[in-house]
Amino acid sequence: MEGAEASSLCQGRPPFLSVRNLVKRYPGVVANDHVNLDVCPGEVHALLGENGAGKSTLVSIFYGLVEPDAGEIYVEGRRVRIRSPKEALSLGIGLVPQHFLLVKKHTVAENVVLGLESAPFWRPAAAIAPKIRELGERYGLPVDPEARVWQLSAGEQQRVEILKVLFRNVRLLILDEPTSVLTPQEAEGLFEVMRRMKAEGHAVIFITHKLEEVMRVADRVTVLRRGRVVATLPVAEADKATLARLMVGESLPEVRVEKKRAPGRPFFFVEDLWVRGDRGQFAVKDVSFEIREGEIVGVAGVAGNGQSELIEALTGLRRPARGWIRLDEQDLTKKDARAFFEAGVAHVPEDRTHRGVVGPLSVAENLVLKHYRYPPFSRRGVLVFPAIERFALESVKRYRIQTPTIKTPIRLLSGGNIQKVILARELYGGPRLLVAAHPTYGLDVGAARQVHAHLVAERERGAGVLLVSEDLEEILALSDRILVIFEGRIVAALRPEEASMERLGLLMAGVAA
Amino acid sequence: MKLVPRQNVSPLWVFSVYAAAVAGALFLSLVLLALYGVPLGRALAAIYQGALADPRGFAEVLRRTVPLALAGAGLALAFRAQFWNIGAEGQLLIGAVAASGVALFWPLPGGWVLLAMALAAFLAAGLWAVLPALLKATLAVNDVITTLMLNYMAIYLVEWLIHGPWRGKSLFGFAYSEKFPENAWLPLWPGTGLAWPGLLLAVVVAALFAWLLYRTTLGFEARVVGENPEAARYAGVRAAQTLLWIALFSGGAAGLAGFVEVAGHHHRLLAPLQISLGYGYTAIIVAWLGRNNPLAALFTGLLLGFVFAAGDVAKVVLQVPFQLVGAANGLILFALIAAEVLIRYRVQWGWGRA
Repeated sequence: MEGAEASSLCQGRPPFLSVRNLVKRYPGVVANDHVNLDVCPGEVHALLGENGAGKSTLVSIFYGLVEPDAGEIYVEGRRVRIRSPKEALSLGIGLVPQHFLLVKKHTVAENVVLGLESAPFWRPAAAIAPKIRELGERYGLPVDPEARVWQLSAGEQQRVEILKVLFRNVRLLILDEPTSVLTPQEAEGLFEVMRRMKAEGHAVIFITHKLEEVMRVADRVTVLRRGRVVATLPVAEADKATLARLMVGESLPEVRVEKKRAPGRPFFFVEDLWVRGDRGQFAVKDVSFEIREGEIVGVAGVAGNGQSELIEALTGLRRPARGWIRLDEQDLTKKDARAFFEAGVAHVPEDRTHRGVVGPLSVAENLVLKHYRYPPFSRRGVLVFPAIERFALESVKRYRIQTPTIKTPIRLLSGGNIQKVILARELYGGPRLLVAAHPTYGLDVGAARQVHAHLVAERERGAGVLLVSEDLEEILALSDRILVIFEGRIVAALRPEEASMERLGLLMAGVAA
Repeated sequence: MKLVPRQNVSPLWVFSVYAAAVAGALFLSLVLLALYGVPLGRALAAIYQGALADPRGFAEVLRRTVPLALAGAGLALAFRAQFWNIGAEGQLLIGAVAASGVALFWPLPGGWVLLAMALAAFLAAGLWAVLPALLKATLAVNDVITTLMLNYMAIYLVEWLIHGPWRGKSLFGFAYSEKFPENAWLPLWPGTGLAWPGLLLAVVVAALFAWLLYRTTLGFEARVVGENPEAARYAGVRAAQTLLWIALFSGGAAGLAGFVEVAGHHHRLLAPLQISLGYGYTAIIVAWLGRNNPLAALFTGLLLGFVFAAGDVAKVVLQVPFQLVGAANGLILFALIAAEVLIRYRVQWGWGRA
């Protein structure tokens, strides 16, 4: 996209913010791969993408939290470097973070005035209280300046964060997944704020992975996938199914698998399962299904529709509110993670670095993170290091884990190699069921292929596999059966022959198909 | 100026930084003494003579090392599991009480009494530490506060015992217990004031704890819980159980320090400030400087033992007021803690781009 074209995008006005060929690399992953983007004054621009698509990295660059490796940033046509939030604010760019950064014991006014250079030295909070009311009125952000932050709901705290930014005269407001903490009513209020900001000529960047919200409030939408811009289009020309398809899109690795045997008898049963999320609401609602031996069951859905809570319930990390979980005759409903593990349920977790491994511990120690308690890795409470090291060396060889030594702290490994360590550990001893959450997310093609091969090998061995993924290609290629989850409910169960990208996209977007 | 985290920290670097910090602080302390009127050379000679060259003097260093290393090794274990035990001082006193109780009221033949005293000290102090761990595991009560508060309870318990039920009948006006029978005394290294079995005990306990931490399933669980509680839950580690065991060992080690103090040096239960010169608090620094490695607590314990003993020498030989010694001790601790920054970070000067 060239400058001339871009300006026609903004109805003749120059874009407020333009970026060209922005690149940001992290070890083992390209978070932003030659990103181009224009944000016009007076528009709400949605950034849509699955977790890890590079949305947060991109706005962190805009707000001066991260410096790009390459590329150019223009604010109102002027090339700039943004090295700190302070510089971002002076350029008129403000960010409302997903996790609020407020001083809980202080009042709203005190929080707003904190670090505000224009505030008077003497009783600054009192001085700006009237202006808080006035701005609140103007943008539909009612909040009592005297209230203490800890007394406020999440929605009200968000208003304080927005006010903080408005006080610094920003012209581009970035909202990082703002609705993830809001009730539907509060979200509606936020959309109204965004519309008013737009009417005042401000630009708004709105990060989300909820299609519904994009359709309701955004003017244009840019879809990111694996760090690249897949498309930028006016919302008027888009529909939910297209967006879902763009978002989960064609996966890079070509998935090809050969399945030899048919699934056997059912052995893992989930009945009428209800699970609460972190905020007490039901995240999983009335879910029932079974898994057969030698079967891969895929769970497709847009992130945040209850997958995480379902996985935690099925691995003993979250106690269900209602329902049953059974493996053969064994009732696992109220058991903890150890009991699930001992029953033969393996788990490749969603958050591999924070849950799947212990960073400072060695590769070898992480390989026995679950088995250390049992022979041959320990006897009478004493670790048997020769056995652990032998197992580690074997695993490194068999799973092609690239590590300097088995004593290297695992945090120094790349994401793909960490995932191989997790797989080696979880598949040791032949689990009955493997629950794999986004197992290839963020991996390069080679590592992703290897993971797929292992999943299929488990199936062929006769294990059940529950594959939860946002990658539709992966789901379609590997699954014997596909469950579609939307707002905590299983809205469809299909065989892969019955499913297509389009149909799955519609179902995931909550459109009956 | 900017601080950049170091990726790999070699033990040699750690040692060099600590050595430089101690040398620097020692020099500042000597300047302080010089300002008071003690010539630099004389102060240096006195401390070298009194704390290093003279066997009796060095025995005093070791005598201070024993309780610091014992309690420090226990704290290293606790801190690894993120059990924030600030209560080693109280646990030490409870150990002293339990050991004294056995010595005073349970006549056992020969060496058995010492064994029973050590066991009682370990168990009583261990359970004293299990109490806050239990509150943390079940009710999520802040362990820093509970362990700290239990110190005061231990202090008043000792005060009450020596003024009340355990006060020696043969003593007039003094708040002590009776002297222990002689078979409840630890032997001294000939010609010194060092109860050598205490030193042996400290070495054994530090080695045992290092083995526990790195070679047993309990130690593995403690490290997993301490480094990443979320991964611990995922791995099926029952964190509450781990915490209770670690608390028992951690408190127990401090209790053994209390046992050594009463059985080795005082031979009776006396006022809390006479039993412990704040060893339980200094042990926090011992553990911390040793990077929470129980074995390293032996060496950092020795370092701080030397600081304590050098202070005594200065007081006695150089006739320096104790306030000045306190200031010098403070300087050394301050330098050691400040040096920690240099171990973890590299300093980058100038305003060049990051």
